[in-house]
Amino acid sequence: MTDDVDQLTDIEQDALAEIANMGVSRAANSLRQMVGEEVLLSVPGVKIVPREAASKLVERNNAKRLVAVQQSFEGPFAGRALLIFPEAQSLELVRAIVGDEHSLEDVIDLEQEALAETGNIILNGCLATIANVLHRTMRMSLPSIVRGDGAKLFEVNQAGSGGQFVLFLYIDFNIKKRNVHGFIALLMDLPSIAALKDIVNDFVSGIERQPSGHVG
Amino acid sequence: MSYKVLVVDDSKLARMVMAGAFRRIRPEWSLVETANADEALAAVGTVDIALIDFNMPGTDGLELVARIRKSHPGMPLAVVSANIQDEIIGRARELNAGFIPKPLTDEALAAFLLGAALRLKKAAT
Repeated sequence: MTDDVDQLTDIEQDALAEIANMGVSRAANSLRQMVGEEVLLSVPGVKIVPREAASKLVERNNAKRLVAVQQSFEGPFAGRALLIFPEAQSLELVRAIVGDEHSLEDVIDLEQEALAETGNIILNGCLATIANVLHRTMRMSLPSIVRGDGAKLFEVNQAGSGGQFVLFLYIDFNIKKRNVHGFIALLMDLPSIAALKDIVNDFVSGIERQPSGHVG
Repeated sequence: MSYKVLVVDDSKLARMVMAGAFRRIRPEWSLVETANADEALAAVGTVDIALIDFNMPGTDGLELVARIRKSHPGMPLAVVSANIQDEIIGRARELNAGFIPKPLTDEALAAFLLGAALRLKKAAT
């Protein structure tokens, strides 16, 4: 089942989407608690695409100026998780979190810190759920903030990386009563895709033969 | 008493996890698996209980619960989702449906099924 590393079987695609959905849905609840309003989520997308194509996908309906909180993760598979917003909406997100009573100056002062902390909570929540579901341990770096277009966020311009295939998992989210939409993306390169496929296939066959205990 | 349960989830993996849990908790009950709202509405007349994923393409799980509720006011229904936001759980409650969080645990499923079986038994007497 793992001979074609640049392709996913139907069940691998399905399992990754479901596992990512669990991670992001749990993380969305953390965001909901921070902003006090419902966070709407899209159905997850899972694709193996060249890095450059992934960077274009994140620009899709957005302005090219994006801001992302990113965290690297390492374990049986490694990659980066990003929480991405159009830059124009990042202050609105911060305002949703810190409350409307703060002045614009305060909000601008708090932006960097609030984004890093929001990213930390959401991305950690998402990755921790994925790690738990797969019964694996993952280490996560501290969050950092990147600003720029899709190519900058996904490091397309680093020596020949634009053509490399990556696993791109993404879910849109929308804070219902605020003009804030963004998305969560997970990016993994080929060796990690192969490792992840093996783990997912183990997980799937585990469900089929489990005599007792819990899965998922 | 053995019941027939409708499982609605666009993810095959999620349906497999659910089927695995039933094999442990209620091995004598039968499952009808569907992947979307249309299939679910076609099958709902033949089942006793329905477990419905929230985040599905097309009609979402809460809309589906609302539609099933109209024709089956007493059927035990639960929304199954990792989206544990208050609004989702609250809307499930308003529709007189339970809420079972994902990742699914045997305990959460067993608790819902026990309540559902009691309700069905009571309704039958």
